[in-house]
This record gives sequence, C-alpha cells and structure tokens, in this order.
Amino acid sequence: MTELRHRGATDKELQHQNSEDKGSETEAKERDGASDNETKADPGVPEVSVTADDTPEVLNKALSGLSSRWKNWWVRGILTLAMISFFFFIIYLGPMVLMMIVLCVQIKCFHEIIMIGYSVYHSYHLPWFRTLSWYFLLCVNYFFYGETVTDYFFTLVQREEPLRILSKYHRFISFALYLTGFCMFVLSLVKKHYRLQFYMFGWTHVTLLIVVTQSHLIIHNLFEGMIWFIVPISCVICNDIMAYMFGFFFGRTPLIKLSPKKTWEGFIGGFFSTIVFGILTTVKLYPFQIHSIALSSFASIMGPFGGFFASGFKRAFKIKDFANTIPGHGGIMDRFDCQYLMATFVNVYIASFIRGPNPSKVIQQLLALRPDQQLHIFNSLKAHLTEKGLLPALEEAA
Amino acid sequence: MIIGFFLIIYLGPIMLILVVMGVQIKCFHEIITIGYRVYHSYDLPWFRTLSWYFLICVNYFFYGETVADYFGALVQREEPLQFLVRYHRFISFALYLAGFCMFVLSLVKKHYRLQFYMFAWTHVTLLIVVTQSHLVIQNLFEGMIWFIVPISIVICNDIMAYLFGFFFGRTPLIKFAYLLSQYQYFVCPVEYNSETNRFAVECEPSNLFMIQEYTLPAVVQNAVRWKTVNLYPFQIHSIALSSFASLIGPFGGFFASGFKRAFKIKDFADTIPGHGGIMDRFDCQYLMATFVHVYIASFIRGPNPSKVLQQLLVLQPEQQLSIFNTLRNHLREKGMLPPAVEEAQ
Repeated sequence: MTELRHRGATDKELQHQNSEDKGSETEAKERDGASDNETKADPGVPEVSVTADDTPEVLNKALSGLSSRWKNWWVRGILTLAMISFFFFIIYLGPMVLMMIVLCVQIKCFHEIIMIGYSVYHSYHLPWFRTLSWYFLLCVNYFFYGETVTDYFFTLVQREEPLRILSKYHRFISFALYLTGFCMFVLSLVKKHYRLQFYMFGWTHVTLLIVVTQSHLIIHNLFEGMIWFIVPISCVICNDIMAYMFGFFFGRTPLIKLSPKKTWEGFIGGFFSTIVFGILTTVKLYPFQIHSIALSSFASIMGPFGGFFASGFKRAFKIKDFANTIPGHGGIMDRFDCQYLMATFVNVYIASFIRGPNPSKVIQQLLALRPDQQLHIFNSLKAHLTEKGLLPALEEAA
Repeated sequence: MIIGFFLIIYLGPIMLILVVMGVQIKCFHEIITIGYRVYHSYDLPWFRTLSWYFLICVNYFFYGETVADYFGALVQREEPLQFLVRYHRFISFALYLAGFCMFVLSLVKKHYRLQFYMFAWTHVTLLIVVTQSHLVIQNLFEGMIWFIVPISIVICNDIMAYLFGFFFGRTPLIKFAYLLSQYQYFVCPVEYNSETNRFAVECEPSNLFMIQEYTLPAVVQNAVRWKTVNLYPFQIHSIALSSFASLIGPFGGFFASGFKRAFKIKDFADTIPGHGGIMDRFDCQYLMATFVHVYIASFIRGPNPSKVLQQLLVLQPEQQLSIFNTLRNHLREKGMLPPAVEEAQ
C-alpha cells in the first residue's frame, strides 16, 4: 500500500479523472499526505506506522501490466464499484441483514479507533485494557439492542418468560454489567500507568459515544422505514462525489484551512446537485420529497464538517487513514465519518417532525401503571375520543 | 457543610434544584481547569468558550426534558413554551451542532492534537458530571426522600470508617429512613401545581411508605422471638441502597483517587478549606445517584401517567381507538369497569 500512499502530483491529476471515485474523501487523504510531508513530525508525537500493501493478490495480478498510477486508479475505481454494488445487494436482502451489517460496521469502526489509541499511546502491554474496551462495547450494545428489541418486538418478548424478565429489569441489568466493567477498571489501575489508563478509559468512552450510539440511531431510522436508511446514506455519497466533481472542474476558492483542496465551488455545486438528486429519486413520493430536500441540505452543509473533524483527527495523530481495510480507500471509519453525523440528524428529524410516539410502547407503559391511574387515563381518552366523534356516544357506565 | 445540607432541605425543592445546578457547574469548572493545567492549553483559542457552551447546551437539553415532563400544565398554557417543547430535541441538537462546527472551525494547525484532547476531556466530563446531576434531580422529583437518603448514606459511609460503616452505618440509617417515611414533605413526588404556580409536595403516600407487617422467616423467629415486624417497605429499599453505597461507592472514590494520582494533583481544587474541591466531596455521590435512578426506574416507579396521556393524545386517531379498546378490555378483565352492555343493533 505504500506506493499508493506516497502519491505524487501527477497521480493527483489522474485521480480527478476517476468519476466513480468517492470524491472528496480521497482528496482529503491526498492532501493529508502532502501537508504531512511538509510538517515533519515533532518529537513529542509518536508516528503511527502504516502497514504493508494489502491489495488483494487477484487485483495485483490483473493489473500487473499497468504502471503504478493507472493501477492505483483502477484499484480505487473497482473498490468503489464493489462498495456501491454491495450497498444495493444488502438493501435487497432486507432489514435483518441490514441490522447485522450495521452491527459489523460498528464493531470494525470501534476496533479501528481503539487500535489508533493503542498505537499512539503504546499501550499494548497495559493489563486488561483490550478486554475492558471490548467488554464496554458489549455492555453498551447490550443496553441499546435491549431497548430496541423491547420496543419493536414487544409481543414476542411478552410471550417468552426469560425474555420478559430481562426486558423488565433491563436497565438494572445493563447498569450492573457496566458497573462490573467500571470496578474492573479501577482494580486494574497499575501504579506507573495511571495516566495512560485514564486516557484509554476516556478514549474508549468517547469512541463508544460517537460510534455505538450513532449506529443505534441508524437502526432506529431503519425501523421507521428503509427509506430513512437509504436516502440519507445516498445523499452523503452523492454529496461526496458531486462536490469532488464540481471542485475539479470549477474549483478556485479554498474552503477551509484544514483541507486545503476543498473549494467553495465544490461545496456549493455539491449542495445543489445533492438537492436535485434527492428530488429526482423521490419524485413519486411526495410529501417525502420535502423531507428529502431537508435531508440533502443537511448532508451538503453539515456533512462535510464530519469529514473535517475526521481529517483534523487524523492530522492530530499523524495518520493517513484510520486503517487499511479497504484497498485504495483506507479503513471503514474513513467511509463512514460523514454518515454518523447524518444518522444522528435523521433520527432527531424523525423524532421532531415525523414520528409520533410508538403505539406499542404506549400500551406497554399503560399496562404498567397502577389501576387507578389507568382508569383516569381511560376516562380522559374516552372524553377526548368522544369529542372528536370517533366514539359513538356511549351510555354512561354506572 | 452538614448544617448547610439541612438548611437547603428545609428550603424546598426549587432551592435543591438550584443547589444541584450550582454544584454541577463548580465540579465541571474544576475538572476543566485541571485539564487546562495538564495540557497548558490556556492559549488555545476559543477553548474555554466552547467548553462552557457545550455545558450550556447539554444542560438546556436535560432541563428541557425535565421541564416538559413535570411542568406539563404550565407548558400547555404558554405559547412560546409549547413551541420550544415540541421541537426540543431538534433545537438542542442544532445548538450542539453549532458548537461542533465552531470546534471544527477553530482547529489550528499546530494544536490539533491538543484541541482534540480538550474536546474529548470536555465530553467525558459532561458525561460524568452533567448527566448524573440530572439523574439526581430526577430522583428528587420522585420524592425528596430519594434525594436525602442516598446522600446521607454516602456521607455516613465517608464519615465512619469503611468497615465500621458497613455494619454500624446501617442501623442509624434504617432509623433515619423510618423517621423520614412518616412525613409527606419527604415522601411525596414533587409536583408542579399550576393553580398556585408553585411546587407542591402533597399526596397520598404510596404503598412504599405505609407500614406493612412482614412475617419473619422461621429461623429468625426462633432467634428473635418476634412473629412479625412492622416496617416501611422503604426501609428494605434503604438497606439495598446502603449496601450499594458501602460496596460499590468506594470504587467511585478509588476512581477519583486514581485520577488525581495520574495527573499528580492533591485535590481537585481549593474551594473548601480543609477538604479540597467540591468534586472531592461529590465523587462517590455521582455513582450513587446513577444507581438510585436506575433502581427507581427498575423497581419502584411506573411510567409517569401524565406523560403517557400526553403521548396518547399525539397519536393518530386509529391508533388511539385501538389503544382505547385494548385498555377497555384490560380494565374490564381486572374488574375496574363494569362489563359492557351490548348495544341493541
């Protein structure tokens, strides 16, 4: 992968011609490379070493005849096509598979970020730490999946006795599990490594906050309807590609010092084309079209900030990419950094403007109330429904 | 400090909320100042502004959720408040995003790493200090006793030696719980009375605070020669709370000690002469507050009826109708409603 990393100026021009490329993300990586070469590592900051080339052998053989820059172009293009096809394929497979995929992506992103933490702090030899990080990941996932399962699989849960107990005391069980991890952390504090261990604890928690909570918001969005999953992701991808295209053809004014090659022209062009894209793909789905305009606007305006945040993070820790999982594109986290902010926005948007409360959850709460409270609510509801004319005027109960 | 504690309890719920908020702000300030000193980041542009801004955002979010829940009647009356409540999540998220964008825009070339550290430091502090102080306030709304007893337990644990506290700390606490359970002021959920525009602490005490007779198991009967014992159920809960405080509470203290050693500081700050900073006094309280909240949510409190009604009224009419029928059948089964008289067709 090293030859793909140290791309010269000519390679960058070639990159611009790749229309299938995932646009501005790769631009960011190249720019990181250029500016990292300029600022030599300061002594206090440890370098994170880049691992060797892991382009699949198959691709290597097939492209062996080409010079390195074309090879690079093709590798990126093929992987982009592969990712987009995979995206359509899993949509075809349905919600359960999507949930599994979201879970896997989340685990991989978590793993990547934790690995960066380890490399930065040389904390491989810390006792317990990897165990604890994975344990916390499990706890938080258990908590969130439990809440989701309880909400949406309510009748199934009520039928099975062990599940019912687990769901009734779910918060308590999750909290107890988390506390166990907390106590293990405190017990694992070793005299010389206090500061390091606290850093890793903080690092783990912030990663959990960013990666895990937001992937659960994605799953919530999914349950609202697959369109709330597909359209936001497509908007972000479209914005990436379009901003890159506009930037290449018309780019003149730099956008932000953090990513020197992003331009205002790319930004604005990406904004308009994403909105058009949103309108065109949902043309039969009015009034959803209005929402798709809102979603596209957010993806174009705020989405890039997620990308800048990730770029800043990579520069801060002097790494090129989060990992080398996808040849030509870096790690999973590189692909998903803009998506996370988008997912949170979609979730808040749905909660604020679209979705009412979940009826089965309301019934669940109703049945947990005391009988006199239930009666009170029953009467209020009856009065409300009678007013609205939904109930025929019933004879008064004696 | 203990005198101050009793004074503010006397002053009532609103004062307590204000005091909790004051404590939270001070703890946040102490921890952030430590971060600054450790990283020598006083010269970073924007950073103090951003930390305080995030504190305000998160507080706005949490207080908004609380206010909407408990001040339902007041909120329905005022038009601007209604708008704020309906779109509360969206507004909070927008405020947070503005802070996030300001952070990204403030990244300065040489100081990336430092800025990310401070960003993470701020967020972890918010997670620990702010969320847990809101859990304290939610506990308070359940009834002042859920606020007073846990805090007293932790203080008691602190004051007495750890081992002694485990055994002897319980007896005075159980008596203390017995004493408090008799008064409505402590036991009733704090509710906002829209007519008088004040917090009212009056209610019919729940079963938890009525004396029940418990039959002792045979083994104990032989030893103690009593057949039954009259207790408030709350006293049993207070045993659970004090067990938690004795066993797990100290881990919160160890965590804070480890933190202080890691960053080579003696105390969090010098606010209280002889005791260090506010955070020094409150480190064990935070874990306790979270536990009490989870405990209440799991074992004591049902859902809040007014909130359920609120949600019901927002649903689609068909959904309301179906829920109405389900509820009617449920109540008939329970015998709360007379059985239906079939209407003649």
